[in-house]
Amino acid sequence: MHEENDDILEQITSSEYKYGFVTDIEADEAPKGLSEDTVRFISAKKNEPVWMLEYRLKAYRHWLTMEEPKWPNVEYPPINYQDIIYYSAPKQKIAPDSLDDIDPELRKTFEKLGISLNEQKRLTGVAVDAVIDSVSVATTFKEELSKVGVIFCSMSEAIQDHPALIQKYLGSVVPATDNFFSALNAAVFSDGSFCFIPKGVRCPMELSTYFRINAANTGQFERTLIVAEDEAYVSYLEGCTAPMRDENQLHAAVVEIVAMEKAEVKYSTVQNWYPGDKEGKGGIYNFVTKRGICAGDHSKISWTQVETGSSITWKYPSVILKGDYSIGEFYSVAVTNNFQQADTGTKMVHLGKNTKSRIVSKGISAGKSQNSYRGLVSVAKNAGNARNFSQCDSLLLGDKCGAHTFPYIEVKNNTAVVEHEATTSKIGEDQIFYCNQRGIDTETAVALIVNGFAKEVMNQLPMEFAVEAQKLLAISLEGSVG
Amino acid sequence: MLKINNLQARIEEKEILKGINLDIKPGEIHAIMGPNGSGKSTLASVLAGRSDYEVTGGSVEFMGKDLLELSPEDRAKEGLFLAFQYPVEIPGVSTTNFIKSAVNEKRKYLGLEPLDAAQFLRNMKEKMKLVEIDQSLLSRSLNEGFSGGEKKRNEIFQMAMLEPKLAILDETDSGLDIDALRIVANGVNQLRSKDNAFLVVTHYQRLLDYIVPDFVHVLYKGRIVRSGTKELAKELEVKGYDFIKAEVDQELA
Ligand SMILES: Nc1ncnc2c1ncn2[C@@H]1O[C@H](COP(=O)(O)OP(=O)(O)OP(=O)(O)O)[C@@H](O)[C@H]1O
Ligand SMILES: [Mg+2]
Repeated sequence: MHEENDDILEQITSSEYKYGFVTDIEADEAPKGLSEDTVRFISAKKNEPVWMLEYRLKAYRHWLTMEEPKWPNVEYPPINYQDIIYYSAPKQKIAPDSLDDIDPELRKTFEKLGISLNEQKRLTGVAVDAVIDSVSVATTFKEELSKVGVIFCSMSEAIQDHPALIQKYLGSVVPATDNFFSALNAAVFSDGSFCFIPKGVRCPMELSTYFRINAANTGQFERTLIVAEDEAYVSYLEGCTAPMRDENQLHAAVVEIVAMEKAEVKYSTVQNWYPGDKEGKGGIYNFVTKRGICAGDHSKISWTQVETGSSITWKYPSVILKGDYSIGEFYSVAVTNNFQQADTGTKMVHLGKNTKSRIVSKGISAGKSQNSYRGLVSVAKNAGNARNFSQCDSLLLGDKCGAHTFPYIEVKNNTAVVEHEATTSKIGEDQIFYCNQRGIDTETAVALIVNGFAKEVMNQLPMEFAVEAQKLLAISLEGSVG
Repeated sequence: MLKINNLQARIEEKEILKGINLDIKPGEIHAIMGPNGSGKSTLASVLAGRSDYEVTGGSVEFMGKDLLELSPEDRAKEGLFLAFQYPVEIPGVSTTNFIKSAVNEKRKYLGLEPLDAAQFLRNMKEKMKLVEIDQSLLSRSLNEGFSGGEKKRNEIFQMAMLEPKLAILDETDSGLDIDALRIVANGVNQLRSKDNAFLVVTHYQRLLDYIVPDFVHVLYKGRIVRSGTKELAKELEVKGYDFIKAEVDQELA
């Protein structure tokens, strides 16, 4: 039985990564390695104002004093930071004035990924910022959005066109000094998205950023900033893919969200970076800092993530619940297969009164992978009547993988109610055989069970992406049964 | 429809089936009885294609095909159904959704269009009446937290939905109260036709009052040692297995 199962496992987990192609396009690159010169190079490339360069240099100097974190439950050989290219931009003949001027190769790349940069062929109600390697190549629906006062543009543009907003908010939630990777990002980030929803505006469409790594030996360091003023609402989606390469590539992003009074921001991620091959060779190191602050009373930030890619994931989308009655949510499905490692979870920091948080984490491990949930719920001394509910479920496929849960709870106010529930289950041979006996083959059975397991989180995704994400789950796990 | 010829199987070096011969024709009901551990569930599992068991000899023909060559799911889609002695629980997957997948997988195999939601529901309503199963049970996760009797009834419900050619019921009567027993038997009888057949594993003659078998076989130590009509079951009810055991053990000695 075991032998046979391993066969099926081998067979089906070998399903190819669909987005592994490389676009052959001329790129404008920084020389390999990291120094103050690299930072200056990037800043100059982007024609940045002095304050931005200063910000970067300060971050870089701080980074030099820091050490890579060793506490995550992941293993990888030391990263040589001098062996990475920190800036790579596809050479476009001219900076495109309109969407029609985009290099056809780039347009094709995104079309292959299912992202249309053509507004006529758009996904209904979704505006896209498309980022390839270090730069944003196009943002759709800018005009339509600006009519209602929503700013949606690349970070580079925002630095030029909205310096006051950037100076006010950049680093306000995740300071450069926060951690090793956020410092690195602050020093060398090259692009990303900026999104500003003014007071009282409900953003009329889904906003999304699609990140694509293309060039070899480069790192991707993008920066996203979302600000929702009083009573504003936005739903934001992030997707990502990368070519298949034998070397590991570093992705160290920072996402910051600010929600003012009664504002609501919903941030969804479908993360599908190249996970490496079956032997664990290659793949993206996904070291990301995501944090939002519920700055105003009655505000709400909700993170939903479906994590299927990357060889290593290190990421804890968090919410600082500063405003009274604010709400933080974290819904996560993390899938690891083959040799993937994930250490992911959230931090809910209750500072205001009557704040609420909800954590639903579903970890699915297959192959020889390791999947850890790491979460912190903290309630400050003055945060009266804080409520938290955490549900952490693990599903194991086969017996060579691991699931781990590290919940940390720090409560300094005795009116707090913090609940934590955890379960671990395994897809058993008996369950698979039962399905087989009803005419359902093993692949379909696994998809059925996994989607059932992850349902509560998948239901949180915007409709347009839920189906896609469901398929992705099934593909990432095909056949991993034991 | 089903021809088992000298079937032998083992699990982890232990011989369990030691040469089973059985011939089932369309329209027939066969009952298999026998002491605990004699190999009844093993026979059912081997026929369904459970891979823990290694077939070491013999052959099985099902609907003109070599059954042992088919994957478990293809056996199912060819029309073989096993009502499990111990149905498993699958959390997170609703019973309705599960059955819908099963029905549509089978239709796909047969080259038919999948049923749309409305057709499926109509079909389900009809079959629900047949086995008197409640809607609320079907919207719950498959078998999760079901009582023993509810699980068994759910097996029969699935059988009704899938309309198999050959249904193997492994102790579906165990753990059922009198009313449930009658309902399950009733369901079987209504599904019975000249084109399908049943292989009913049971310990109790009582079930055979409701589902009247054409043949009764006694399985002992991995062989069918006696075959007869429903009278054989009545005889066993009175005398127990001892007399057969004694005879067989003597023959073997
Ligand atoms: N995994 C296994 N390893 C070793 N022996 C096994 C295994 N599975 C079954 N057996 C043995 O095979 C024999 C036949 O078991 P089986 O379940 O077919 O009996 P049964 O006739 O269905 O009994 P019951 O009436 O109790 O349901 C038993 O002796 C049992 O212990
Ligand atoms: Mg049995």
